Amino acid sequence: MLLQQVARGCCQLKQLAAPASLGSTWRHLTAHTYPGELSGGIHLTEEQLGMQALAHDFAREQMLPHAAQWDEQKIFPVEVMREAAKLGFAGLYVPEEYGGSGLGRLDGSLIFEGLSYGDISTAAYLTIHNMVAYVVNKFGSQALKEQHLPQLASLDKLASYCLTEPGSGSDAASLATAAVPVEGGWLLSGSKAFISGAGASDVYLVMARCQGQMLSQQEVDAAAAEGASGSGAGSTVGGGSSSTNGAGGSGSGAITAFLVEKEWPGVSFGASERKMGWRSQPTGTVNLDKVFVPAANMLGQQGSGFRIAMHALDGGRINIAACSVGGAAYCLDYAWQYTSERQQFGQPIGSFQATQFKLADMATGLEASRAMVRGAAVALDEQSPRATLAAAMAKRFATDTCYNVANDALQLLGGYGYLMDHPVERYCRDLRVHSILEGTNEIMRLIIHRQLQRLDYHHLV
Amino acid sequence: MSMNPFCEIAVEEALRLRESKAVDEVVAVSLGPQQVQETLRTALAMGADRAIHVSTEQQLEPLAVAKLLAALARREQPLLCLLGKQAIDGDNNQTGQMLAGLLSWPQATFASKVELDKAASSAKVTREVDGGLETLSCQLPAVITTDLRLNEPRYATLPNIMKAKKKPIAKLTPQELGVDVTQQLVTLQVEEPAQRKGGVVLGSVAELVEKLHKEAKVI
Repeated sequence: MLLQQVARGCCQLKQLAAPASLGSTWRHLTAHTYPGELSGGIHLTEEQLGMQALAHDFAREQMLPHAAQWDEQKIFPVEVMREAAKLGFAGLYVPEEYGGSGLGRLDGSLIFEGLSYGDISTAAYLTIHNMVAYVVNKFGSQALKEQHLPQLASLDKLASYCLTEPGSGSDAASLATAAVPVEGGWLLSGSKAFISGAGASDVYLVMARCQGQMLSQQEVDAAAAEGASGSGAGSTVGGGSSSTNGAGGSGSGAITAFLVEKEWPGVSFGASERKMGWRSQPTGTVNLDKVFVPAANMLGQQGSGFRIAMHALDGGRINIAACSVGGAAYCLDYAWQYTSERQQFGQPIGSFQATQFKLADMATGLEASRAMVRGAAVALDEQSPRATLAAAMAKRFATDTCYNVANDALQLLGGYGYLMDHPVERYCRDLRVHSILEGTNEIMRLIIHRQLQRLDYHHLV
Repeated sequence: MSMNPFCEIAVEEALRLRESKAVDEVVAVSLGPQQVQETLRTALAMGADRAIHVSTEQQLEPLAVAKLLAALARREQPLLCLLGKQAIDGDNNQTGQMLAGLLSWPQATFASKVELDKAASSAKVTREVDGGLETLSCQLPAVITTDLRLNEPRYATLPNIMKAKKKPIAKLTPQELGVDVTQQLVTLQVEEPAQRKGGVVLGSVAELVEKLHKEAKVI
């Protein structure tokens, strides 16, 4: 094995990479610093340093030793995630009264940076789960919150976020899943694609297009009577293309957010996708065939679903970018260790300037990414008007840069980088999708430009 | 934030004793400069009730630590002092034993299992020794030092990390405890072990015996 077991006597050396071969019995017997502890720009509180250390330790000890197996055998590590939930990682933005951790976005970004050091795929799923819990807390009724939040915080229930469809990815507002009003609720029909956790999750946050207003019993009877007398008005009331009343229409104004439960009749799942990375998560299609969703399961107002979805993504993007940073940090550490040991031409390859320059650029890119992610997290915590801009910039920059860091690490490992014996290739495969999901980096550029136009350009850049 | 691993095991054992109601309160103590507070916060985040920081810039030797802890123990009157068996920087393995000596308390070191009998005011401790496992019984109060296999320390939880902020860390100085912590040991020399040299192929057993006698001087 390339990396040596660290003997107790050597523990005073600050190891940059915690060798993957050490098990939890040797926890802390290597003195290590945490990546990003001293990252420039944002001074972390003692509590935040503690959270960072906790996430990092948990990732190194409980996730990293198993990540290769989870990836190769497509194991969704629910038990380990439940252990993480016991530490508070599944309800980060859920208030303590519901069993959550009641933390902010900067705290969250530190935690996901730490967790993704050990396993990007699992950490990324937790970001999605947390995003849905956040939406339920912010936009759900009291009853809905009491029903779901404690179990989401403990990870007794898993959650998925369903916006994308086979026909609408970047053009999310053109989604076609329909919500037809019926007595007491809605019938949802349509398909959602690329859903992380599909089939495994217990609750699904679904964005659907309302085909009319919510009906009361009177309206149902009236419509039925009308239908029977042949006026052909159908059962929709107040439909049409107006987007202001949250009904019908082709724009985003009719989109509404619903919480759908896995066991409800009409819910089914497609086969799990075979993916390049994120293989420890099941990803697939969620099919809804006239699924009855009670009115109580609407989140926010009718017609506010698109805004809710986009607002959730601001946080989600910061967290995905944080996962990129954490994963890239591991790759940098790994490559640093490797280049100090691998000898060619009579010396460690780390002594060649080309290697040193490459490592320097990788570290610089990583540091810049980390600073942008944390800066965006602070902006979101402060509810700054530039939060959306900052999140889009951070996501665009960090996901691309950190993928390159991982790819450069793979190159530094040479042939060994290509083998699954070393974890860097898995980090590359996992990181590749971060430039695509939660809004492609192309869409990020659209958002950035639009935000720059909307806000005062000169105050921002 | 790195707590000495054996100390972490001691904190964990103390927490388990409190959870089983064998003890009422867990007080984390550390000694040294300001950075020590980070380690105390970790102990608080794991679940300790309060902490004491004996503040000094002086380099502390095991005897000085033992004297300070003894002074604290006389003030706090604990049922049990739980320490890691040794610190992984110094590897001295002295403080716990010296502390017991100074207090005239029983000591059970290298504990791999601890059972407290609150009613009988005694403890049964299984120790890992060279020959195997030895079980001692002792009256309380006592000093117990922990070994690796005693327990698997818990992670702090996020809520506990936030709660730790509100738990008190009392600050004391060696002067207030009436202890002189002047260093008594002087490091004369530090050197690396000799570089390992290559071996030699010998022709006969007689030659081997001669070399072992004359050069290696082991027979």
